[in-house]
Amino acid sequence: MSRKGKKKTQWSRVDGREYNELRPIRIESGVIPNADGSAYIEMGRNKIMCGVFGPREMHPKHQAKPNVAVLRCRYHMAPFSVDPRRSPAPSRRDQEISMVMRSALESAVFLERYPRASIDVYVEVLEADGGTRCASINAAAVALVDAGIPMKDLVVACAAGKYDGRLVLDLGDYEDKEGQADVPVAFMPKLNKVTLLQMDGILSPKETEDCVSLALEGCKQIYEIQREALKKKYGIEKPEAEQQLPEEAEKPTEEAEREEEDEER
Amino acid sequence: MDAKFETRDVVVPGDVLYEGRVRTGENTYRNEGNVYATRVGLVSYGKDDVSVIALEGGFNPLVGDVVIGEVIDIELGQWLIDIGTQTEALLNIPDAVDQPYRTEFVMTRVLDIGDTVIAKIVDLDRKRTPILSILGPGLGRVSEGFIVRITPSKIPRLIGKKGSMINMILKETGCRVSIGQNGRVLISGRTREQEEMVVKVIHRIENEAHTSGLTNRIQEYLRKLKEERK
Repeated sequence: MSRKGKKKTQWSRVDGREYNELRPIRIESGVIPNADGSAYIEMGRNKIMCGVFGPREMHPKHQAKPNVAVLRCRYHMAPFSVDPRRSPAPSRRDQEISMVMRSALESAVFLERYPRASIDVYVEVLEADGGTRCASINAAAVALVDAGIPMKDLVVACAAGKYDGRLVLDLGDYEDKEGQADVPVAFMPKLNKVTLLQMDGILSPKETEDCVSLALEGCKQIYEIQREALKKKYGIEKPEAEQQLPEEAEKPTEEAEREEEDEER
Repeated sequence: MDAKFETRDVVVPGDVLYEGRVRTGENTYRNEGNVYATRVGLVSYGKDDVSVIALEGGFNPLVGDVVIGEVIDIELGQWLIDIGTQTEALLNIPDAVDQPYRTEFVMTRVLDIGDTVIAKIVDLDRKRTPILSILGPGLGRVSEGFIVRITPSKIPRLIGKKGSMINMILKETGCRVSIGQNGRVLISGRTREQEEMVVKVIHRIENEAHTSGLTNRIQEYLRKLKEERK
């Protein structure tokens, strides 16, 4: 194990973070104009685009469910996202992460409101630096909200793990590969429910518990960033006064159109 | 046991809007005694209910909505029309021509594939497929103009209170504008400049739909655009 720093007492992580410090995160919503909803996330050196389409008609039709909508996720890493170049064909790992994302997001979406429909989530990893599944879930949750799909809560994901014998939050690529364990957790913060819990590596029962609670701490920090990203699209300034509520103006469509018709004649 | 936000605050899904007993309005749900939001939008506390005015959202077809769509297919006795819903809307012959059926009737003479129509939703069948009609004033095939798409949830804002916004735009620009509830707006004017003005205004309304005092600001904006042109 590589122990950085000259003094043995002075322990620090590869990138100089504290044990409970996240990588810098930036989320933007509404970045793809042709998608119904979209988001872009930078989490450390991860760069991930996410687009949401739907609810739309399920194709092939036999996969549609008569009572609920089907959430479909596609996780894909661009060939240039890692060094050395990666084959663009979907691998076992891509399939697993697609499935894991689906189950993490599924419980937050009101699927029963759109029977026979499909909601498609496409995630494209442009640059990977460890913890892409968590970053993808964060981006996908923002994109789903941006698409106007009714959700019970946002879904936040963050990993914690064991590196160099210590528990650390939000593992980077190096820590992920050299570390002893990795525990990605997805979480619905307002409902206080965990939607994804995986573990890779060896941890004692005590360490597992600590790891999960460490990851949940990270999730809560990311949640605030997600909220900011969603609100940023509408500007921070608050409206001065109440003059028109859109709901009051719902009916008179036809009237307006008839008036136009009158003008034409 | 009370409101957690102020009216017109921007909320995101999962925000607790109210703790305690209250009616849940649009875009909200109840869980363990609390009322939560399901969409991004502006929260609105009514007398005895809580609702969220959605800022993002697809088109939810309702009977009576006027929509703008494109004919994508012709089947035996019906046209399939894309109006941006999950399933294509249906337009049956009796809803398209006001005369008894004759064997020599040719469907493509009324509407052909690729035509744009303004239609009204008259029914939703049990799979929630919209059934359309083009019989009525202002409905039918569109012969000129072009379509601008905006988020369907912002259409009420484009119309304004009792049509105040759209009437103002019509008066100021002199264009003909038809609004479909499915987020498609048909514009046709006498000159290209007029049309461009309307498009600019529509995009501005879409971007600022969540702010108040919009009609007045748009009016000023329109006047400024007009002056620039002179």
